[in-house]
Amino acid sequence: MSTTTSTDAILGWDETLAAYEPVMGLEVHVELGTATKMFCGCPTTFGADPNTQVCPVCLGLPGALPVVNEKGVESAIRIGLALNCEIAPWCRFARKNYFYPDMPKNFQTSQYDEPIAFGGHLDVELEDGTVYRVEIERAHMEEDTGKSLHVGGATGRIHGATHSLVDYNRAGIPLIEIVTKPMFGAGERAPEIARAYVATLRDLLRALDVSDVKMEQGSMRCDVNVSLRPKGTEKLGTRTETKNVNSLRSVERAVRYEMQRHAAVLASGGSIVQETRHWHEDTGLTTAGRIKSDAEDYRYFPEPDLVPVAPTEEAVEALRASLPEPPAQRRKRLQAAYGFSDLEMRDAINAGLLDLIEETVAAGASASAARKWWSGEIARRANGEGVDVPTYAAQLAVTPAQVAELEGLVTSGRLNDAMARQVWEGVLAGEGSPTQVADARGLQLVRDSGALEAAVDAVIAANPDVAQKIREGKVQAVGALIGQVMREMRGQGDAAAAREVIMARLGS
Amino acid sequence: MPDLTRDDVAHLAMLARIDLSDAELDKMVGELAVILESVATVQQAPIGNVEPMSHPMPLVNVTRPDVVRPSLSPQQALAGAPEVDEQRFSVPRILDED
Repeated sequence: MSTTTSTDAILGWDETLAAYEPVMGLEVHVELGTATKMFCGCPTTFGADPNTQVCPVCLGLPGALPVVNEKGVESAIRIGLALNCEIAPWCRFARKNYFYPDMPKNFQTSQYDEPIAFGGHLDVELEDGTVYRVEIERAHMEEDTGKSLHVGGATGRIHGATHSLVDYNRAGIPLIEIVTKPMFGAGERAPEIARAYVATLRDLLRALDVSDVKMEQGSMRCDVNVSLRPKGTEKLGTRTETKNVNSLRSVERAVRYEMQRHAAVLASGGSIVQETRHWHEDTGLTTAGRIKSDAEDYRYFPEPDLVPVAPTEEAVEALRASLPEPPAQRRKRLQAAYGFSDLEMRDAINAGLLDLIEETVAAGASASAARKWWSGEIARRANGEGVDVPTYAAQLAVTPAQVAELEGLVTSGRLNDAMARQVWEGVLAGEGSPTQVADARGLQLVRDSGALEAAVDAVIAANPDVAQKIREGKVQAVGALIGQVMREMRGQGDAAAAREVIMARLGS
Repeated sequence: MPDLTRDDVAHLAMLARIDLSDAELDKMVGELAVILESVATVQQAPIGNVEPMSHPMPLVNVTRPDVVRPSLSPQQALAGAPEVDEQRFSVPRILDED
């Protein structure tokens, strides 16, 4: 029915934009962070042994009856409210029927024409400050599917596999599917807008604390719909749906690639097939998947085993009152409070440092010091490990309180910057708290003015030329002497105090 | 109701992942048509102002708290599986459509 090919032609980016206008739609699936599945009490722990978190309900055994997870519904409503949606006063679940071994019931419990939330929007700020409003069609409740492992094929992929091994631990985990309305007028910024939308949505969901939104673990997944129409025309082109685009960078690349691939097909007089496409992270290409089923092929009908969900107005308003400060607003507030430049703020956000910085400031450090420590050595190492800083810090059990403690050792005058960096390395190496590391390594600025004066005198005596220049007013030459004094004191000197003593000696 | 065609049956068989021979398709068109005709009798019911319903009881918001309950053991879960490999359900290769 389909062929795998990676030799699709693509049209140049500028030529694509000159001739066509993209229309995009994004579908994001979010796994909720509930303790249990959507319709049964099985746990949802990631990475458990296969088929250890299953029961008659999520295995679809005869006679098993589902019951809706209260927190799943509340999370869905909170997501809807945060996306400025209306909340349905009454809605039902529906069966989406299909035969595929990832769903042992032979249907997925979803919502069809009665989503719990609909008609919202999310404002997305692009890098240059432009705000693009993404209209939200709907957010509905459904359940995740099992995981298939295709074996017997040379590559472990579906093609060439002899059989599939299915683990149903994931089957039944609550999912919220968030669907945008078609996005028009994005033009050349379509890839950037797609990425910014997913990033903004991720931040929002994280702030709502409804999901861990880990794209790399699949708890947030994006399907990218793209179509092109010749510039100046109204009729929508045929779209393709690129599945499982699971990083922000890939969202951007997939939109761009599909635009260029569509353009090449259309420019050569061909037509686009409505199909799903598989995204290949490694090559940055998409390949043909199955021909898209029509909605009627799923033979949706209301789920008879679940009664309708009818949140009262009071319940909805109580959930609305529980919404956190919107992330964009929080950033503006923190940037003003911290005095960060736009660039500093953006770097901190992109590196996921904002929570860490906020907690470090709360623990007593200055904002600039908090930013400095979290974006320095630890960020370099986290990057080397391929994880973000919060994850890496959690792995190392390094806390904002420790960073505040370290900075406290600097501001109290016990450590200079170079020593503090050594202490930080010790903390990252698991040697203990900053104070413990400083004690264990004997790091302490020398306060003994006799030792400092002796070192200064020795350095001046060894550098009469430099000393003379300073006497004659070339104050910038003092740096060379300070460096030598610090070496003389094996790094335990206080550079500021050394400068004072040198200047006093040389009478400038 | 429009008559059931042979193409309809072939399409339904594809959706249900049932491989039907030409002879079986011909036979099923006739048999399903009889069933549909019988079921179509309900369309004569005097529904007047009766609202469609999907559930016999007028209940809403039946939920459970988000509290973990014991799952089956993998041995229990896999007991009914035709084949098991690596503590997973082993199923035939998925057709070359995905």
